[in-house]
Amino acid sequence: MINIVNLHAEVEEKKILKGLNLNVKAGEIHAIMGPNGSGKSTLASILAGKEDYTVTEGNVEFDGKDLLELSTEDRARQGLFLAFQYPIEIPGVSNVNFLKSALNEIREYRGEEPISAKDFLALVKEKSALVELDSKLASRSVNEGFSGGEKKRNEIFQMAMLNPKLAILDETDSGLDIDALRIVANGVNKLRSPKNAAIIITHYQRLLDYIIPDFVHVLYDGKIVKSGGKELALELEEKGYDWIKEELASNAD
Amino acid sequence: MSNYTETDLEKDLQDQEYKYGFVTNIESDKIPVGLNENIIRLISSKKEEPNWMLDYRLKAFAVWQTMTEPEWGHVHYEKPKFDEIAYYSAPKQSKKYESWEDVDPEMKATMKKLGISMEEQMRLTGVAVDFVMDSVSVATSFKSKLSELGIIFCSFSEAVKEHPELVQKYMGTVIPTSDNFYAALNSAVFTDGSFCYIPKGVRCPMELSTYFRINEGGTGQFERTLVIADEGAYVSYLEGCTAPQRDENQLHAAVVELIALENAEIKYSTVQNWYPGDKNGLGGIYNFVTKRGICERKSKISWTQVETGSAVTWKYPSCILKGDYSIGEFYSVAVTNNYQQADTGTKMIHLGKNTKSTIISKGISAGKSQNSYRGLVQIHKNAKNARNFSQCDSLLMGDTCGAHTFPYIECKNPSAKIEHEATTSKIGEDQLFYCKQRGLSEEKAISLIVNGYCKEVLNQLPMEFAVEAQKLLAISLEGSVG
Repeated sequence: MINIVNLHAEVEEKKILKGLNLNVKAGEIHAIMGPNGSGKSTLASILAGKEDYTVTEGNVEFDGKDLLELSTEDRARQGLFLAFQYPIEIPGVSNVNFLKSALNEIREYRGEEPISAKDFLALVKEKSALVELDSKLASRSVNEGFSGGEKKRNEIFQMAMLNPKLAILDETDSGLDIDALRIVANGVNKLRSPKNAAIIITHYQRLLDYIIPDFVHVLYDGKIVKSGGKELALELEEKGYDWIKEELASNAD
Repeated sequence: MSNYTETDLEKDLQDQEYKYGFVTNIESDKIPVGLNENIIRLISSKKEEPNWMLDYRLKAFAVWQTMTEPEWGHVHYEKPKFDEIAYYSAPKQSKKYESWEDVDPEMKATMKKLGISMEEQMRLTGVAVDFVMDSVSVATSFKSKLSELGIIFCSFSEAVKEHPELVQKYMGTVIPTSDNFYAALNSAVFTDGSFCYIPKGVRCPMELSTYFRINEGGTGQFERTLVIADEGAYVSYLEGCTAPQRDENQLHAAVVELIALENAEIKYSTVQNWYPGDKNGLGGIYNFVTKRGICERKSKISWTQVETGSAVTWKYPSCILKGDYSIGEFYSVAVTNNYQQADTGTKMIHLGKNTKSTIISKGISAGKSQNSYRGLVQIHKNAKNARNFSQCDSLLMGDTCGAHTFPYIECKNPSAKIEHEATTSKIGEDQLFYCKQRGLSEEKAISLIVNGYCKEVLNQLPMEFAVEAQKLLAISLEGSVG
């Protein structure tokens, strides 16, 4: 699905990613964990195409295409979705209008007809139920006046509506209470299929109690320094990141 | 119009240029350029006016000659040369149009291009339209149906002839000839416009609409609109305007007077799309308009404007809240791009007790344009418990444009409650990135964000107008980011 090879990137001449490798296949869920400032959110932003970052080395292949050559919107249209850590408010634009516009642009890109109003509403109904999103929120302005939890649920709702091949969840669990966490995780699990994949960026192991990852990676100082199965997350939860840092330091000696 | 889709919008967006920039080849009856008493007499005689009307014009002209052009606006432009304008131009016609069938086919084609095919309008939308090209009102639809209710909706010249008592009673009562330089000029040389009277207790069953079009080069357009809603009456009135693309600056100096008698309500909506000039600021219309309404007891006047056109716009649709419990509202979206300049806002003059006013102004500036909100809220000493709420937001696109706010508040009654909110924002890179990450193109994203920003104002417009306005906003801002 996505193959990241030796990715180096910087922002304002500060090196953030320093040779990151990651290969995610269809049907897999990968969790990326790591201490603050290790480059987790940068990775998400770069994959989505945020312009503030400069890729200095490496390449990314997404579904057979050179991802870094595609514009932000074309990446989205090819099926890459980013659930934002801090979802943006767009005053005056209703959630449904926003999604309908997005969905139709994606369909047009794929040479499909615009979705009919009837089908669209049915889809909204189905998908909002999936994340237990109040139908009132669907008609309110995008994220405006939403609580933290509502914003995150709205991200997953949008993801469900757009049905991406690859979803990147950037700290979707931050700021969520346990009920909201369960709902969000539930939504993600229901969308799991052998045809799509997800990269879950998180600080804490707790989300991974609900979304069971196939692989867990530790990102530290711009590189993936350790990979393992879901038990790695538990180990990190228990011991923190210091032992990895120590391990790295002793290896370097 | 209601099934307007994103694909249509997309198509419209590709149509970057000002799409109303064509010229209709109709023979016109245009008088010599210049401005003097003889010209005014000539206009008056062309229009077969009664003496009182000519006297009114001549008095206004005498006043105008003593006045100087105001310079307080936050706009810079080359002053019009008043001697080089032709003050009257009319599509040549052998006789007056008795019915739609009589209208010149070329003229019909023009209307069609402007999207106001009257036949269609008549059948589908139930909007009564008065079409004014250059100086003359060309056609008014739905007349007979309206007259059954006692509603008068006709060209201004016709009203002067057919309803002189109403015109004489109300004309100039809200905007006296001496009010300002351009109002005085208009009073002297105005050529046509629309007239509307809604009798006591009648609720006008359809939207009344006037479409203004400047066609001839070297002319100015000076129309006059007078709307009177008698006691307990209601009317919703729309005006739209376009002009051909020319390198010269053309002057449009209109006067609009609204009179809302006791318990009456007038809703007046404008979508102004005069030619804005080209990308380098060449050409375009000078839009210097005086619009004001007076509210008697418990009446309401609501101005809604979407201003996207004109090289220079200078206008302040205002309300004099004379009667107790009267209400004034002003909803405005003003968009400037390239070298456009707009200085627009409103005046809410609270005279009566318990009067209420609301001002919602949304300015959007892009390119090298300058966009100013200028508003006055004045509470007179007898206006007990007057209330005002003003919200003035500015949205900037890029870093070469300017947005300015000049709010004036004069309060002489301590019981008044005045609130003013103002914000300035830029279309955030974050917002654009978020939209693009969902698959939206930059143009589409901007169009969504801008329309969302203006929603409170667009919601005030009648449906068909709102769709038109949304398209206009997107087209006006085409290519303004990045």
